[in-house]
Amino acid sequence: MPERQRHGSSIGLPLTRRDGPDKVTGAARYSADIRPDGLVHAVMATSTIAKGRVTHLDLAAAEAHPGVIAVMTPDNAPPLAKSPDEKDNPFAFRLNLLQDHTVRYAGQPIAVVVATTLEAATEGAALLSPGYESEAPTIGLGEGGIFTPDSVGAGSPTSDGTGDMEAGLAAADARVTATYETAGQYHNPLEPHCSVAEWDGDRLTLHTPSQALWIAKARLAGFFGIPPENIRVVCHYLGGGFGSKGFLSPPQILGIMAAKLTGRPVKLVTRREQMFGPVGHRSPTRQTLTLGATRDGALTALGHHTLSQTSAYDDFFEASGLVARHLYASPAISTTHEGSRADIGTPIFMRAPGEASGSVAVESALDELALALDIDPLDLRLKNYAEVEPITGRPFSSKALRACYAQGAERFGWDRRPRAPRAMRDTDGLLVGWGMGTATYPAGMMQGEARATIRADGTALIETAAQDMGQGAWTVLAQIAADGLGLSLDRVTLRIGDSDLPNGGLAGGSTGTATSGTAVHAAAQAVIAQLADLATTDPASPLYGAGNAGVTASEGRLARRDDPARSERFGDILARAGKPSVAAKGQGAGEPASRKTYAMHAHGAVYAEVKVDPDLGQVRVTRLVGAFAAGRIVNPRLVRSQYEGGMIWGLSLALHEHAAHDRRSGRIVNANLADYHVPVSADLPSIETILVEEHDPHVNPLGIKGVGELGITGTAGAIANAVWHATGVRVREIPITLDKLLT
Amino acid sequence: MGLSIMSIPITLTVNGVRREIVLEDARVTLLDLLRERLDLTGAKKGCDRGQCGACTILVDGTRINACLALAVSHDGASLLTIEGLADGDVLHPVQAAFLDNDGFQCGFCTPGQILSAVALIGEGGLAEEGGPADPERVREGMSGNLCRCGAYAGITQAVLQAHAAMTHAAMHAPDVLPGGNLTEDAA
Amino acid sequence: MKSFDYVRAGSLAEAVAAASAPGAAYLAGGTNLVDLMKGGLTRPDRLVDLTRLPGLDRIETLPDGATRIGALVRNGALTRDAGFAGRYPAVVEALLSGASAQLRNAATTAGNVLQRTRCGYFYDPASACNKRSPGAGCEARGGITRTHAVLGWSEHCIATHPSDFCVPLAALDAVVEIEGPTGRREVPFDVFHLLPGDTPERETALRAGEVVTAIRLPPEAAGFAGHSRYLKVRERTSYAFAVVSAAVGLRLEGGTIADGRIALGSVALRPWRAREAEALLAGRAPSPEVFAEAARAALAGATPSGDNAFKIELARRIVVRALTLAAAGTPGRMPALPASPFATSPTAGASHHA
Repeated sequence: MPERQRHGSSIGLPLTRRDGPDKVTGAARYSADIRPDGLVHAVMATSTIAKGRVTHLDLAAAEAHPGVIAVMTPDNAPPLAKSPDEKDNPFAFRLNLLQDHTVRYAGQPIAVVVATTLEAATEGAALLSPGYESEAPTIGLGEGGIFTPDSVGAGSPTSDGTGDMEAGLAAADARVTATYETAGQYHNPLEPHCSVAEWDGDRLTLHTPSQALWIAKARLAGFFGIPPENIRVVCHYLGGGFGSKGFLSPPQILGIMAAKLTGRPVKLVTRREQMFGPVGHRSPTRQTLTLGATRDGALTALGHHTLSQTSAYDDFFEASGLVARHLYASPAISTTHEGSRADIGTPIFMRAPGEASGSVAVESALDELALALDIDPLDLRLKNYAEVEPITGRPFSSKALRACYAQGAERFGWDRRPRAPRAMRDTDGLLVGWGMGTATYPAGMMQGEARATIRADGTALIETAAQDMGQGAWTVLAQIAADGLGLSLDRVTLRIGDSDLPNGGLAGGSTGTATSGTAVHAAAQAVIAQLADLATTDPASPLYGAGNAGVTASEGRLARRDDPARSERFGDILARAGKPSVAAKGQGAGEPASRKTYAMHAHGAVYAEVKVDPDLGQVRVTRLVGAFAAGRIVNPRLVRSQYEGGMIWGLSLALHEHAAHDRRSGRIVNANLADYHVPVSADLPSIETILVEEHDPHVNPLGIKGVGELGITGTAGAIANAVWHATGVRVREIPITLDKLLT
Repeated sequence: MGLSIMSIPITLTVNGVRREIVLEDARVTLLDLLRERLDLTGAKKGCDRGQCGACTILVDGTRINACLALAVSHDGASLLTIEGLADGDVLHPVQAAFLDNDGFQCGFCTPGQILSAVALIGEGGLAEEGGPADPERVREGMSGNLCRCGAYAGITQAVLQAHAAMTHAAMHAPDVLPGGNLTEDAA
Repeated sequence: MKSFDYVRAGSLAEAVAAASAPGAAYLAGGTNLVDLMKGGLTRPDRLVDLTRLPGLDRIETLPDGATRIGALVRNGALTRDAGFAGRYPAVVEALLSGASAQLRNAATTAGNVLQRTRCGYFYDPASACNKRSPGAGCEARGGITRTHAVLGWSEHCIATHPSDFCVPLAALDAVVEIEGPTGRREVPFDVFHLLPGDTPERETALRAGEVVTAIRLPPEAAGFAGHSRYLKVRERTSYAFAVVSAAVGLRLEGGTIADGRIALGSVALRPWRAREAEALLAGRAPSPEVFAEAARAALAGATPSGDNAFKIELARRIVVRALTLAAAGTPGRMPALPASPFATSPTAGASHHA
């Protein structure tokens, strides 16, 4: 067990969160907690039709409501320097910023009411009573015509594969073709999207939850026609993003526009029901899996075709086929995607975008194949273990998946699983089922930068505009810095969450710690090198003449590698050099050569136990065991939390989340947290995480892979398979709800 | 009628401090009073409709959703918010246990979770006759507080630990709180 | 939310007088009313705050053995009253299975009984709803109807009543005590909520200005304490409305059922008392066959109002299960997961191969 996997003094330690005391005392200020003097409140009015145009707003009624200062509509909204419909890069998603009266989806912002109090602004928005010219919307998946998009997900090819599917299927002893559906899901971080915006001339200060502060700054500079350096985006604490806060959404920018219109600092907070439309979602999908295998279980063909849905006005396609490109060995693989349009808000990245929805279909289909072949599901996966990345043939930079399967299976007791379904009951007569699935997620990196400063008092400052959304950046970046600097953690101050700091990239795609961590590590090494340079060139230093490579940093001192007794404190080096501090920057980015040579993924194995009431169909996941390998673990305590959160998302995908669109109106009938279910505490009695040791010399200098999204993959399929094992009923329409199990 | 902008004086005791408050609007909820008028932003607005628990506070010792409570109807009440839970720099056992057990990630639901846990332990019934708390009862009792990050395992462990500490503290010496910020992983 | 006049009533008479103004609504715990006001579903001009009325927050045992629950008794307080739980365990199990501890601590007895439907179309001000706007039509018809009514619905409304608390109250012959402009009166619980018919905007037997002052459980209601359960099927383990629920009580004498009570929740716009099914139980020994017969009778008149035919079969099964559990005896301690099919501890039932 790698809990004690140590590297220097800090990396590998299960420290509690450095931001924890602020979070447990209420001292942590989230964006909507910021209150500049003179703050006024803005509330959006959103469309109740899904297609057409707004023909009337009762401005008089809203303006007459005591406390209302302004109503912002397309007719008086501050002009933008760049159209929100302009798409100068694939991730500049088109936004609805009151550019016209058109309605593209239900829930689209159509006006913003600003008032001296939140109560007045809320009622003002209600009093607008919009009139519409309405057209019948297209809502259902595939109903708006089917086409082939240029790319899917974050620029992945629409189709990819290898070998000859027809030949593979012809050679198979068993074939499975099955179609699975997954539901539309909405991120619903508990913190709604919001902004507190304050203009000072042409300078903007914005408190907003953002997973990418520099990207936000650049986008705003374009919209408002001001230099990026005039914009400061601050977000010290982010109340959950899950992809929905990667790029700025309409509500966040409308708040800034309202501040510009009124000349007052404005707070705009999205109402919960408004979280179901303008801030992104995971598209529903329809996926057809075509599997062929020989009698011994070896795949001869693996086909995965996905239909997903995007909006009528922009492109984002859930890339469910990615899993099949990377996970199982097969001589023939075909992964293809199609898209359709509907009158909905544009979908976007949502925790394991593509992998989550794809994984549940792939893992379900594998179990259907295991049934057809009468093979244990784990044996089937081991039989098709990919020693190299299946389509590219590249070796993996590291892959401890076999150990994950084994350690998880042992912990779970998988070898006691009866092959047949409906074979286990508990003492209360509830059906018991066991299922498993494989977790997989790419170990990507973005680009980021950090600055390290060592000060005369022997303390250090690390700065990067990275973001902590719960994954633990406040803690793990400090741990990485402490080791790189040779300082104890209490001598390291970390500053993040502010766009005035060096570009921290994007906390998304499970790349945050790898990217920012690499940047911090590089910055720390660079600043130590400078310090070493000062010392080794100074005849008065005991390190004189040692050369850069000849010293090490430890416990706040530089010491000669060949003679550790000859050392000097950081502060003494700076004092003699007459410098108050020394600073250096470092970069974090993937190394192109190694990324070309190696396939880089994190893996895991998830085992699930469910109980199902044999008569009433109600399902409960009573046990989850996940064993994951993701390179070096900087902080096992926080990594466990990431895995567990991911697994609960997998549970949620499998059993709960389902946005119910009324196809007549295009509105979501369950756009609230009472009816759009996410799991509660009682939904999961037991969850165990095993951290499987894995060393990766290629992925980045620290050997770190991301862990934020891995847990959701594998889990949903494991649960679906466990439900089948409990009941004998294979539900292919996810989420699995009790009505589908009443037999 | 209907557009009355009347000033309504009420008295609340907030975290032990008696406060005379003039409500300019009867529509103000306890949550918006705390957050927008008293600068106590620990209680969070997750849904504003009683569906997430992020706004949980204690009113006269019981936990409620502050978002559905009209301030005007709570004249004379005593409120405890997350800002008033610790004893100076000494964390309440529930706060310490949330930290120890990583019972949160993004932290947005945490003030509500912690106050809900404080009330749950106070309500009794988690354990039989001085035994340890039943984790299943803890999970059920905490189910009115959504955590979208999925920190439920840590939350349950935190409540169990705090229950044990508080039960023990009530029976024995006053100082049984886990100390220190650096704890080795129990697993 | 619309601005409103706020009147804090010091006495019932004052409350009734204040509520005679048009557009007035009574406020108690606020968990339903304030939610509806925030959603723009109801827009009162005046709120008459009942929370300071004296004497309505007591749980009293009356001389004849009946129990009166004051209208202002908070749901949470009622669940924590040990004496009450001992006499009416199914009522407490129902309460504990509903909402969350936070909501129960604020919600009152009368407020729970008077809560409005959770129909998604009622809750969407942009949808046509005959409850909110008589004659507007029912947009739920032909829409997303998985959880809608299968009993007692009409073309004009297919909503259900969402309360858990009300289901055992209906089963136990509770009585609603009312005070209003014309004095005091009482209404039997199982006719207090109105079926929609062609006037779905009329939801209860309350007349203009009337206040529910108490719910009374008759002396014989405690006779079911040894064999009563509330069972609730949900789409998550806790903090969810029922898909279907059932409250049952049995009074067993010498191995036969002297009196049996069955009420269903979330199947109709009122908690659904199944008297024909109860009649089948009387005088018979508990058995799977008898329970199945009763379940069939309970759902005899059921028809789907949309994509919800499964609820009819589910309701039959939940009746059988609830009767089976009740016959086995009320648990000595409230289950950790009240009313849940997973009520027993998950660790207690170690799995074995069947």
